[in-house]
Amino acid sequence: MSVLAAGEPSLSVRALRKRFGQRVALRDVDFEARPGEMLAVIGPNGAGKTTLLSIVAGVQGASGGTVSRQASEVGWVPQQPAVYSKLSVAENLRLFARLEKVGDVDGAVQRMLAQTGLRDRADDLLQELSAGNRQRVNIAVGLLSDPPVVVLDEPSTALDPTQRARLWSFISTIAARGSAIVFSTHIVEEAQRYADRVLVLDAGRRRFFGAPAELAASQPGCRDFESAFVSFLAQAQR
Amino acid sequence: MRWLLGKDLRILARSRLLVGILVVYPVAIALLIGLAISRSPAKPKVAIVNLTPAGQSVELAGRTLSVQQYASELFSQVDAVKEPTRAAAAAQVASGKVLAAVVIPRDVVAKISSGISQAQVEVIYNGDALQQSVAKAGIGSALAEANLALSKQIRDVAVRDIDVLLKGGELGILSAPQSLIGLSHIPGALRGIAARQSSPADRRRLDQIAAFAAFAATNLGISKDVLRTVSQPIAVKQKLLHGRRTPLDSFAVVVAVAISLMFVCVLLASGGLALEREEHALGRLTRGSGRRPALLSRTALIAEKVTLAATCAFVLSAAMLCAIGAFVALDWSRLPLWLLALAAGALSFAALGVAIGALAREVRAASLLAFLLSLPLALLALVPSGAVAGGLYAVISVISFAFPYKAALQALDAAVNGSTPGIAISVAHVLVLALCFAALARLSLRRAE
Repeated sequence: MSVLAAGEPSLSVRALRKRFGQRVALRDVDFEARPGEMLAVIGPNGAGKTTLLSIVAGVQGASGGTVSRQASEVGWVPQQPAVYSKLSVAENLRLFARLEKVGDVDGAVQRMLAQTGLRDRADDLLQELSAGNRQRVNIAVGLLSDPPVVVLDEPSTALDPTQRARLWSFISTIAARGSAIVFSTHIVEEAQRYADRVLVLDAGRRRFFGAPAELAASQPGCRDFESAFVSFLAQAQR
Repeated sequence: MRWLLGKDLRILARSRLLVGILVVYPVAIALLIGLAISRSPAKPKVAIVNLTPAGQSVELAGRTLSVQQYASELFSQVDAVKEPTRAAAAAQVASGKVLAAVVIPRDVVAKISSGISQAQVEVIYNGDALQQSVAKAGIGSALAEANLALSKQIRDVAVRDIDVLLKGGELGILSAPQSLIGLSHIPGALRGIAARQSSPADRRRLDQIAAFAAFAATNLGISKDVLRTVSQPIAVKQKLLHGRRTPLDSFAVVVAVAISLMFVCVLLASGGLALEREEHALGRLTRGSGRRPALLSRTALIAEKVTLAATCAFVLSAAMLCAIGAFVALDWSRLPLWLLALAAGALSFAALGVAIGALAREVRAASLLAFLLSLPLALLALVPSGAVAGGLYAVISVISFAFPYKAALQALDAAVNGSTPGIAISVAHVLVLALCFAALARLSLRRAE
């Protein structure tokens, strides 16, 4: 992991724009993430969450703006598990460790198996694992090179509540070791519960960037964070 | 790239059904096509009813021609089933046991002998349009062969008789005089008699007759050639313009191997690339900008898939060619050329495969697309010029030129059989196509994201 000066963000995104033909997906989006911080990107469908995260991860290029990190410095965890179902857990980890040119491949694989709690399933094929365990392997692949920034696109989608709780516990331990975590989610309660800051996107625009409590406070009278978020969006769209 | 290659080989090894299908299906199709091309069509099964009395023959200018010989000639052209009556033959046709029936009528001898009216045989067909077409072609060809043989017999009789008329001898016809003098001897004899005549008018008259006899003898001699020409107006003299003649079975081997090579390559390459997208791994593998990818450049990914597919297909098709070579006479001294042609073909088919794989979002769609493209390409490459209208053939030629099957087939044919165009031109063509399709795949991969 690279060494940063005190107070320097792990990730800095400036004036990011993305255009698909005539359609504008992102309009001058700015944000940054500090080491060890968990940043949630939330917004309605089509807000540009996945587009933003995939540009930060280097999966697609931006039409304008800057991202402070190279793709190789960002751990990428796509929404759908991007691992091979006919390879075992260990084989998947070993393959991606080699492709990422990790120095100690076996050490990295063992570390990830330990962190994901899948050591006893190391030789099982991915197709034999539950959705939750597959997602854990998917995240583990994103963490193999011990990146300073980890980007996760809706990591808890399709998981049951127990699996979600285990997943967020796992992600929190990664953040605790100093990686900046940027994740998108449809479940705004997760943003409130796990994120230090939230970035609210709507129609490709940044509507809010701050602590969840600030967002809730901006909508007095709302009984919970989700209703505050809905109210905020309605207000922003007027 | 080698790690990804190892991953793909491991996945392939764990997909035994897929590997089995990939090997068995193209080999089966290739062998079927090879057999269909190399084996001449079987003789049509035809019922033949000969209603002429046994032993009856045609008397032509004092010579005897056997009707049985004509029937035998006809039998040799078809898989003949003898039937006693027309009704029995028609029943065989109706039941589908035979393709058609040929009825030689009772009066055929009388008609041929008359020299005035044409003899006719009756052909009975049944079945759908395709069966009728096959039957008509088969029977028509058989009857033409039999007629030609009969015509030759009649011509030989006529030529022999003309020789007797010219040179003298026994004509063998009951009403003919014994020891014919021969037309060519008449002028000399007449001039001798004329010299002994005292009357100038008689000498002049005999000289005129001798001149006419000489003229008649000359023209009767020419008539033998005329008869030969009429009986077979056009004789075929075969000459191949370029290269060596490729035996049909050797060409069938080349077609079969090229088809296997294409199927395995295109399916593996397209499926391999589509699998990366189906597993959602494509974005993870190729993310990063241009020269600084996080894991792998798109070009390296395409190169890996091409290498995997081309290597597997090369090994399979080379083994197939060598195995067939144990049964079909092939020139083993050209083995290095076989391998060169196979390698070049494998590269171009794999490049086509990755172009297909880059377009498809999942393995099943890629496989379907690969089949939909490969089958017509193989068929179009085998359409001979002149078999279809000129404009259509031009379109087929353009398509065949733009896709690698025909070029690979020509390269392999040149390598195995020494046919033209030469292997250098064909391999160059194949490699250019490989580069074009790889570039297309690279472009499609970028656009697809």
